Amino acid sequence: MRAYLPAYEMETPQDLAAALERLAAESGVWKPFAGGTDLMVLLEAGKLPHKKFLNIWNLEELRGIEVRTEHVTLGALTTYAEVQRNETLAREFPLLCRAAAATGSVATQNRGTLGGNIANASPAADSPPVLVVYDAEIEIVSAGGARWVHYASFHTEYKKMNLHAGELIRRIRLTRKHAGWKQYFRKVGTRRAQAISKICFAAAARMEAGRIADVRIAVGSVAPIVLHAVRVEESLRGQRPGDAVLQAAQDALSAEITPVDDMRSTARYRRQVARNLLGEFLEVLAG
Amino acid sequence: METRVIGKSVPRKEGREKVTGRARYVDDLSFPGMLHGVTVRSPAARGRIRAVHFEGDIPWHEFTVVTAKDIPGKNCIALLIEDQPCLAAEFVSHPEEAVVLLAHHDKYLLEEARRSVRIEIEPLPGLFSIEDSLAQKEIIWGQDNIFKSFYVEKGDVDSAWARAEFVVEGTYETGAQEQLYIEPQGMIAQVNGAEGVTVWGSLQCPHYVHKALMILFGLPRERIRVVQAETGGGFGGKEEYPSMIAAHAALLARKSGRPVKIIYDRAEDMVATTKRHPSRTRHVTAVSRDGKLLAMDIDFTVDGGAYETLSPVVLSRGTIHAAGPYACANVRIRSRAVATNAPPHGAFRGFGAPQSVFALERHLDRVAEAVGIAPEELRRRNFIREGQTLAVGQVVKEKVDMNALLGRAFELSGYHAKRKQFAAENSDARGAIKKGIGFASFLHGAGFTGSGEEYLASEVAMEAMADGSVHILAGSTEMGQGTNTIFAQIAAEALRLDCEQIRIVQPDTAHVPNSGPTVASRTAMIVGKLVETAATKLLKTLRDSGFLREGYSAEDFSRACGEYITAHRELKSFVKYEHPRDLHWDDQKYSGDAYGAYAWAVYVAEVSVDMRTAEVRVNDFVAVQEVGRVINPVLAAGQIEGGVAQGIGFALYENVVWQEGRMVNAQMTNYVMPTSVDLPAIRVCFEEIPYGRGPAGAKGIGELPLDGTAPAIANAIAHATGVDVRAIPVTAETLLEMLEAVHA
Amino acid sequence: MPERARKIRVSCVLNGSASSFEAHPMARLLDVLREDLKLTGTKEGCGEGECGACSIEMDGVLVNSCLVPALQAQGAKIRTIEGVAIGESLHAVQQAFIAHGGAQCGICTPGMILAALNLLARHPEPDDAQIREGLSGNLCRCTGYMKIFESVVAAVRRAETGA
Repeated sequence: MRAYLPAYEMETPQDLAAALERLAAESGVWKPFAGGTDLMVLLEAGKLPHKKFLNIWNLEELRGIEVRTEHVTLGALTTYAEVQRNETLAREFPLLCRAAAATGSVATQNRGTLGGNIANASPAADSPPVLVVYDAEIEIVSAGGARWVHYASFHTEYKKMNLHAGELIRRIRLTRKHAGWKQYFRKVGTRRAQAISKICFAAAARMEAGRIADVRIAVGSVAPIVLHAVRVEESLRGQRPGDAVLQAAQDALSAEITPVDDMRSTARYRRQVARNLLGEFLEVLAG
Repeated sequence: METRVIGKSVPRKEGREKVTGRARYVDDLSFPGMLHGVTVRSPAARGRIRAVHFEGDIPWHEFTVVTAKDIPGKNCIALLIEDQPCLAAEFVSHPEEAVVLLAHHDKYLLEEARRSVRIEIEPLPGLFSIEDSLAQKEIIWGQDNIFKSFYVEKGDVDSAWARAEFVVEGTYETGAQEQLYIEPQGMIAQVNGAEGVTVWGSLQCPHYVHKALMILFGLPRERIRVVQAETGGGFGGKEEYPSMIAAHAALLARKSGRPVKIIYDRAEDMVATTKRHPSRTRHVTAVSRDGKLLAMDIDFTVDGGAYETLSPVVLSRGTIHAAGPYACANVRIRSRAVATNAPPHGAFRGFGAPQSVFALERHLDRVAEAVGIAPEELRRRNFIREGQTLAVGQVVKEKVDMNALLGRAFELSGYHAKRKQFAAENSDARGAIKKGIGFASFLHGAGFTGSGEEYLASEVAMEAMADGSVHILAGSTEMGQGTNTIFAQIAAEALRLDCEQIRIVQPDTAHVPNSGPTVASRTAMIVGKLVETAATKLLKTLRDSGFLREGYSAEDFSRACGEYITAHRELKSFVKYEHPRDLHWDDQKYSGDAYGAYAWAVYVAEVSVDMRTAEVRVNDFVAVQEVGRVINPVLAAGQIEGGVAQGIGFALYENVVWQEGRMVNAQMTNYVMPTSVDLPAIRVCFEEIPYGRGPAGAKGIGELPLDGTAPAIANAIAHATGVDVRAIPVTAETLLEMLEAVHA
Repeated sequence: MPERARKIRVSCVLNGSASSFEAHPMARLLDVLREDLKLTGTKEGCGEGECGACSIEMDGVLVNSCLVPALQAQGAKIRTIEGVAIGESLHAVQQAFIAHGGAQCGICTPGMILAALNLLARHPEPDDAQIREGLSGNLCRCTGYMKIFESVVAAVRRAETGA
């Protein structure tokens, strides 16, 4: 443990209202702390600059998966383990379950939360590409009220997001419109379990008579934030999967991504594998 | 031979403590008034220390601060030579070299203090590759950057080239590998006037630490005491480096007058301690039309890091194993260990052999391809047999049948059928998954090399108690591999008792004789034999005394011990290693009987390669070996399985990312070892040919599995993809580039 | 001298008994267990939630105790390796680890056993894939995992036969 522990404070608010009040009263002083799977690692390494945390782990208002006619809504504190156990998600949003299963270990899945993952804003996280594909919306609450934003526009640049001091991610909403879509998820990590992504590719398409009527594609670890591959989507809409279409889509993807070399992989690898996975997705669509 | 307990899977001696969490590792120990210690390390790879600044809002007067000036004896960690300082005084030679030590009772304040020490260094240019070191871009060690070199010659290599139908050349590389024992390193020290220096710690070789502390403190033998705590894995990583941590803890304890505990966290353990030597091997091989090896010219270089430490010995084992289990009349091996400005590379299971064996076994597949015969056929035509001579001039006197091991391994793995099946399936160019199967055949010498065991002159003692329990006293350590259990089995067998009646005394230099380091696959074969002999002597004493009748029971034995001890006060035996007279070694020519015995093996790996991501998966693994008599089948299989798992890591996953001599991926998240879902079923098969000089016929086993695993996998990848693998680890990134080149 | 915040008192149920301790709110539960409560069976291998040596059960689920701040243990039900055997009577999983070579150096063993127990609670008769998946957050450098799988299978068989 490299941190100077006595300098750190953590308090547990009674309920969501108390938490929001606290966040509002001392703007920027307190940060929310959920399952700790990211923050505790930074603390251990002596790399957690912020010192005051509000423990939101016990806030019932941020828990639970609610299934309604139009939407499935997941509390921000929904863990990866809970995601995997939900039957509706397994049926209609399988990519989210697969991303949850691909995140960390059993122990991490018991403590890591969707909201925490979003707020941590790692470009290598596994569920964000899926949230982009499903066009998830997130509700952001503060003492002053609540607002809904599309997840795809939530992150603006590396570790920067549309979340202000005093605000908290409350829940994530998925619209139940993907039944019948062909869906694809592949995480290429450093190994098969509890690995960090070198590239994470999520995609879904609605097919009509062999043509791609609608499509969503998002890729992790190839840009400072999760990449919503809009130009690839444009190139695919209305097309029949085939070699020429693939070539054009791959070229669009290459133009859209900006991967880098780091200690886990290389830009060259990420670039080529992103193209190859796009090819695999199109095979799924054709098959 | 009918046995009582040899060959039986008796449960691990300390198993109960381990499964209940009661086993006490060093970090589980605590002493009254104990302080915590930390190490402040060099930020630069090479340079002159200008100044050390103690900054920040820290109550420095509360801290114990140690620098090189506080060392009472010689500022070195004595090993083969005394070149590595305990604390850098004037120069630093690698990143993270220890410069200042701090102790305080508050762990958290201690970390704040560590961050507040600034070591000011005037940088000097460093060397960070074998190439730069050999090119002598800087001279950083001795006259030529070379710690040690060897020259082995058998026959006349240069006369063979003209006769050769084929000459095949190739250069092969292996990367650094982290031992990654799950228990990070740690030590506790206490120093006082009456007793001198005592340390408790996680370590493999108590007497190495003992020697280093004697020289560091300038104290006589009896004023230094080293006690092994339960040790959470070593794999070589706790062979030499524990001396460094013990020295640091002891210096802090001496200055503070309090016990001091130093426990490395994972990041410090990875960034500062030893790793497997990176290597580069060049082969030039002359082959006849019918695939006989006419000449092998081998050039082997390892990167030793900044200080000599164990590099000469690692180089030695790598050199001797470089020509493998083949009979070739003309062999030349030139080898050297070079200096770079990385932390010293050190002992890691296999000890140089995994590096040179990787090169050879990968090369031989290429040789077979050049000759136009199957890789197994090339091996078959050249396997060494009893009575033939190894590269170092050792005549093989053991029974050895490599063909039988190969046949068994192929049968278990379905090698021939799969080789055909995969070749057919892979010919579909659109297939996303390519499969391959490959193998390696190899040997591994047990015990210290050459006259090493003679110099070590290991000792073991045994004492029977009045209640009939028998204590084994040896410096050999248990670190998971099963020393306690097999020693108990060997003694129990010789004494015709049950294992429960045997007790292993905790390794403590104040109480146990020096049975040598727990390294080099020597514990079962060499020290185990001493245990067997000590038991035989003890039994003879008891028999000769007339207290013990023929066909005795355990109760008879206990009664006899009691009666003997009443009459003679104590019942002990003591044995010292005696080198077999017919084993000869010439250190000057580097030739002769390198090892008393070898383990022989053939490993087969089956892989699949995802052509979209270049990810390799090992689908099946068969490990067939002849290691003499197997003392404990469960423990022995566990050794092989664990070693193969480490070998799979070495081949595919474990990639140390260097930046100017510093490991930058020093977290378990970014330096990845295989998890339970990354490994195939590892199928282990022992052929047993009892070895006359081993206890109950046993030979060494521990290091063997590291040698053949990586080349078997590399050969399987080559079979699957047609890529000519020359370096490990084969990461997806490197393989993807190679695949692009093949298909371009 | 850097600033120091106050410690807090935390109450929980530890291995079946009410327990309480004082700690900094963000102290790692791992350190509290080992240093304050002297339960040293839980081990530290990496401090980053990667190796699983510090695995414990908290409110019925497996967690890495190095990633749990002390404050979040308030009111929790915690089981560590010290709470697995009943007196001197070992749990079937512990017995199987001894009999089948599931423990070598032993440092990953307490966490591995907690992970195995948690796996068996979710899948009483796990297949090979479930065993591998369930233990994949617990790294072992000694065994290559084979003997650990065998130990888990043997423990299941033992439970089935009542042997």
